[in-house]
Amino acid sequence: MSKKLLSAVIGTALLGLTAHTASAATLDSVKAKGFLQCGVNSGLAGFGFPDASGNWTGFDVDYCRAVAAAIFGDPTKVKFTPTTAKERFTALQSGEIDMLARNTTWTINRDTALGFSFRAVNYYDGQGFMVRKSLNVKSALELSGAAVCVQSGTTTELNLADYFKSHNLQYNPVVFEKLEEVNAAYDAGRCDVYTTDQSGLYAVRLTLSKPDDHIILPEIISKEPLGPAVRQGDAQWFNIVSWTHYALVTAEDFGITKANVDEMLKSANPDIKRFLGEEKDQHIGKDLGLDEKWAYNIIKSVGNYGEVFERNLGGSSQLKIARGLNALWSKGGLQYAPPIR
Amino acid sequence: MAVNVQEPAGEDRPRSSFIYDPVMRSILYQVLTAIIFIALIWWFWSNTLENLRRANIASGFGFLNGRAGFDVGQALIAYSSDSTYLRALYVGFLNTLLVAFTGIITATIIGFIVGIGRLSNNWLISKLSQVYVEVFRNIPPLLVIFFWYKGVLSVLPQPRDSIHLPFSIFLNNRGLAFPKAIWGEGTWAIPLAFVVGIVAAVVVSKWARSRQERTGQPFPSGWTGFALIIGLPILTFLALGAPLSFDYPIAGKFNLSGGSVVGPEFVSLYLALSFYTAAFIAEIVRSGIRAVAKGQTEAAFALGLQPGVTTRKVVVPQALRIVIPPLTSQYLNLTKNSSLAIAIGFSDLVAVGGTILNQSGRAVEIVAIWMAIYLSISLATSLFMNWFNAKMALVER
Repeated sequence: MSKKLLSAVIGTALLGLTAHTASAATLDSVKAKGFLQCGVNSGLAGFGFPDASGNWTGFDVDYCRAVAAAIFGDPTKVKFTPTTAKERFTALQSGEIDMLARNTTWTINRDTALGFSFRAVNYYDGQGFMVRKSLNVKSALELSGAAVCVQSGTTTELNLADYFKSHNLQYNPVVFEKLEEVNAAYDAGRCDVYTTDQSGLYAVRLTLSKPDDHIILPEIISKEPLGPAVRQGDAQWFNIVSWTHYALVTAEDFGITKANVDEMLKSANPDIKRFLGEEKDQHIGKDLGLDEKWAYNIIKSVGNYGEVFERNLGGSSQLKIARGLNALWSKGGLQYAPPIR
Repeated sequence: MAVNVQEPAGEDRPRSSFIYDPVMRSILYQVLTAIIFIALIWWFWSNTLENLRRANIASGFGFLNGRAGFDVGQALIAYSSDSTYLRALYVGFLNTLLVAFTGIITATIIGFIVGIGRLSNNWLISKLSQVYVEVFRNIPPLLVIFFWYKGVLSVLPQPRDSIHLPFSIFLNNRGLAFPKAIWGEGTWAIPLAFVVGIVAAVVVSKWARSRQERTGQPFPSGWTGFALIIGLPILTFLALGAPLSFDYPIAGKFNLSGGSVVGPEFVSLYLALSFYTAAFIAEIVRSGIRAVAKGQTEAAFALGLQPGVTTRKVVVPQALRIVIPPLTSQYLNLTKNSSLAIAIGFSDLVAVGGTILNQSGRAVEIVAIWMAIYLSISLATSLFMNWFNAKMALVER
């Protein structure tokens, strides 16, 4: 039995077997077991990737660590569950994981029919295409007749069908369940085109046998707001995960970094004092169900949003993705945090 | 469970409490078991629904009529992203049936050849057969599938360097492209002629048998039947004026366009399942033949039968009776192993169902559908094999 099938069956069995436990109080159960169980990508460079020594690295992985830091003041109190595109939702629905940080697109269907809650968008992405340079293709509109490699169970798969249909182009989908299988098939020449979120294309290109032989086409054919997701019905937990993202963005806004966060504690700026939990008798942390130092702990552990991006996706990483839409709102991007007060 | 107990006859036996009445008690136990079973199912069902409702997850089978929105690589019937989820499932179901059916036929043929080969007096043939069985029987089926898939992909060339075979057949790493037959008018008569041929062959064979029993004269009913089944459709085809044209594959920008294509995913899955299961079938066939008493062969020789006739008319019919029941298990295994298609991206029932599961989020419903369909396919196979077994069984007089 395939692993996916197994996980789907177990997930289903869990849905049937678990007695009516209230879905509330994820925070209590996380505190009780002493760690956060976080669903991440099974292997996408930049987002969720185990390195040679088995340590998880990546943009989404840092979000798990940030939430763990907010709860426990310790970013290491997190266990990672690698999930495929198909396994991720069953894993979250069945309670196998506490949160999903796996470059997952926020759609209305996932909010309404699948029983998830999305709010924070930690990466604004869009779907693109990668082809071999030798094909001399300059635009996605020239792709009629191509074989296209795609991962099953993704919004990518649906956008692909819609895009080719609306432009009257023919294509032959080659669909795999695991990202590694898609990569291997594309690398072996089973298909002409690789399609996924553009950030993913940059990451995948690095893993191909000859990265320089491939180009990423200019077209972006969809909106892919990626963000962490939680089960519906637990407002407190939803707030903790969402506001962890907003704290990261706010810290960048205020110029608070991993390096200077201790100095910033002495800041006279009331916004910064409140953010770092230095204000007298404040209760922001308590209202979240956390320590008043929650934001301080996040920044001290993983840095601010800009640092997390830079480390995993930006100039300091192999991917070298520009901030683009993910720059702060004050710098022409879309990253904007509601006020923390 | 009814237990035979010696009942003292008559009404005069003092009636104790009905709890101690064996008949009543056995009924009571059965009713209790049934109630517990139904209660368990009900609890499971209502609990699932309640949990889904609490988690705000939509449930019900109505979603099957929604637009699928995704494409499937290989479909036996017309399918597009505008089709419904139900049709997508149907496409996957047909693909599963296709690979199971073709795999079972090929595995049976290879299995019989290898199984008989292992009993051959020829040292080379019997050792080669043994190596085949030991290699394929001791490798997990998933690895066999990967072996064929990676093998197929790495050996075959890119579409631009396709291997050009005769009759406009092209082979490349996108699959085997061959001319698609386009049948003209009146071609419905050809399958009809085929059916008529089969019926005629059966009639001839019955007549030949009864004549041989009456007069002792043999009639070549096998060859006549073959000629009828193959010849009648061909004659019909020629009589209709050969109403057939072809759509040839031609080189396109990326790949060949036109014609029919069998993808490498199907081919590698089909080969892997066939070769893997054939190893088990070979062992079943060998043990079946071994189980026929040596005296049967000796008796046949003593009657003057040739070795070939002895195998066909004496050994194999008796061996079949032993072979068929375990063969059924292998057929079921092959069908169920076809769900490993997911690893190489063949659009079988599990692959398509998994995509639907993810796009619609209806995990419980999809898993239930999977189970129901595999159960149905397996039960249908078992029913057929049981019928075949009953037909082959020793008729006692």
